[in-house]
Amino acid sequence: MGELRLMKGNEAIAEAAIRAGCDGYFGYPITPQSEILEYLMAEKPYEKTGMVVLQAESEVASINMVYGGAGAGKMVMTTSSSPGVSLMQEGISYIAGAELPALLVNINRGGPGLGTIQPSQADYWQSTKGGGHGDYHLLVLAPASVQEMSDFVKLGFDLAFKYRNPVIIHSDGAIGQMMEKVVLFDPIPRRTDDEIKKQCPWATVGKTPDRKRSIITSLELDPGKQEQVNLRLQAKYRKMEAEEVRYEEIACDDAEYIFVAFGTSARICQKSIELARAKGYKVGLFRPITLYPFPVNPLRELSTKIKGILVVEMNAGQMIEDVKLAVSCSLKVEHYGRFGGIIPTPEEVTENLISKVIGG
Amino acid sequence: MAKVVGDIAVNIERCKGCEVCVGVCPQQVIGMSVEVNGKGYHYAGPVNDKCTGCENCALVCPDGCITVYRMKVEVEQ
Amino acid sequence: MEKTINKEQIRKPENLVYRRTPLLVDVPLSYCPGCGHGTAHRMIMEVIEEMGIQQDTIGIAPVGCSVLAYDFLDIDMQQAAHGRAPALATAIKRLWPDKFVFTYQGDGDLAAIGTAETIHACNRGEHFTMIFVNNGIYGMTGGQMAPTTLPHMRSSTSPYGRDVEIMGFPLKMTELITHLPGTYYVTRQSVHTPANVRKTKKAIRKAFENQKLKKGISFVEIVSNCNSGWKMNAVQANKWMEENMFPFYPLGDLKVDGQIVEKK
Repeated sequence: MGELRLMKGNEAIAEAAIRAGCDGYFGYPITPQSEILEYLMAEKPYEKTGMVVLQAESEVASINMVYGGAGAGKMVMTTSSSPGVSLMQEGISYIAGAELPALLVNINRGGPGLGTIQPSQADYWQSTKGGGHGDYHLLVLAPASVQEMSDFVKLGFDLAFKYRNPVIIHSDGAIGQMMEKVVLFDPIPRRTDDEIKKQCPWATVGKTPDRKRSIITSLELDPGKQEQVNLRLQAKYRKMEAEEVRYEEIACDDAEYIFVAFGTSARICQKSIELARAKGYKVGLFRPITLYPFPVNPLRELSTKIKGILVVEMNAGQMIEDVKLAVSCSLKVEHYGRFGGIIPTPEEVTENLISKVIGG
Repeated sequence: MAKVVGDIAVNIERCKGCEVCVGVCPQQVIGMSVEVNGKGYHYAGPVNDKCTGCENCALVCPDGCITVYRMKVEVEQ
Repeated sequence: MEKTINKEQIRKPENLVYRRTPLLVDVPLSYCPGCGHGTAHRMIMEVIEEMGIQQDTIGIAPVGCSVLAYDFLDIDMQQAAHGRAPALATAIKRLWPDKFVFTYQGDGDLAAIGTAETIHACNRGEHFTMIFVNNGIYGMTGGQMAPTTLPHMRSSTSPYGRDVEIMGFPLKMTELITHLPGTYYVTRQSVHTPANVRKTKKAIRKAFENQKLKKGISFVEIVSNCNSGWKMNAVQANKWMEENMFPFYPLGDLKVDGQIVEKK
């Protein structure tokens, strides 16, 4: 069952893409995620599985290559880091508007602007609240290990095709660059042309006499019809909110206080729990795995059993808004964040829990 | 001897009255109507029987409203 | 004496020599009266009909007057963001290498906002066809200056004429991409006279046939009119185009079978 390897998070994403039966990767180099494109170019999957790998002239081009490939029914993806993902936002909005399956990866780095190449979680709002123009949502997966970097590629493609909606893996430079053991899933063959045509009757694969032409567009000039498009999208998002919430609770059974954190911050909080418990505080961790849909109900339920929350993020306080909404400000919710590429230490996280939430 | 005769059928409701077809007709067959169609355009149509079915008008018609027929007829000397 | 031939005798199915191809959807085109887009659309669809490749063709039309091309062309189509059609086409052609893929782009799209995508698709030698309709103006948004607007030409954003010292020079994108190694066939045509329409169709046919060779981009520029944007009627606009556009954008082949055509 599976193949055990020691890999960087970025490499795990690349290897998982090949194994997931991905048809095409289109990307542009940017630190700290360039290993994904490098790994794919070194592996030459086009000679093994037939997967297309192309270095585009820009992130603008790569996201629009994804748009084209997705519209043609193929399993396609791109990866980038914060400034590059900003460049992609127009294309992402088109993909969401045209309701196409695609997998995106943002290995966050510190911003704003050119910022830094060090890890960050400062694109939470961009990933979860839209990013581009118009009312849309990406389905957002937040891995906290190299194992999840691999697993979420397959999960991401499955969800993208299930909902005909772009899925983004929202990770950061720490998980992208760190090496861990990972159990790789067994390779899945790429779909045949006939399988694609059957699975994606809406795709542009050439109009046959037995069907109407397939049109991929996000344009609707009639406002009445455009409102219907939006209502259909909203219904899809409500379905995701009902069915796709994923989260993890660690040491929450007897907890009086919890951290809420995702990705790298959640890993740090696991150590902070040990430090806090050594000092006699009953502390747990609630880790959202889907940042959108946010695990509102599980967190609300947990909040009725505890006294306070410290939201830990590598940003100035973004997810805390969703946490406060989830618990309806019914208990103390404080934030601790480091940013600009600084990764908080477990000690300072524990100290802040004690000073801001427990002792405060 | 044989002679070629032709005719055009204009989709009157699709014609936008641009008149591009008028000038390319070597036989000066096409004229514009006095009346207007449902969209308010004066539409093109044959005004005489000199059409040879050369297709010129149909080729340049941006809206593809012109259908062309052509046949050979024997004429007595 | 000539026999009298009436119209009923002529208008018989066996005498039909030209009709609107059924590969154009039977709806009115959204273009202004006399606009060359309609003729360009028809030539593309006649080529697809004659080659029998309707079920193997995927078209991409980005933002511009032809943004609704998918309403008119009875083939599978994708609508692209402004300028990005060559990126979509790159992916589609690479992922479905045996399909016929083409982009249909205006001058603002192909030569301004999509400059990078155009040049890089051409330079990579992608194996699809690019149809470039150049009317020297932004038509859809109401006649603003385009990268291809001629010097001294008036537009709504160059109301006193394009002053090249302030607004820069018109861009000859077709000449530019001719010199890239990834282009295989580059030609400039028009659709304003019957002879030119025939040449354009031949060029489009060649551009589609070339896709079978997988030797790079086939690029067909169609210099066209924009009577609304130019503030003329269609007949005047075609004449103005001959007198002003053609000297700057001369018609003819620039590159054939990978070889640059030397100008005499």
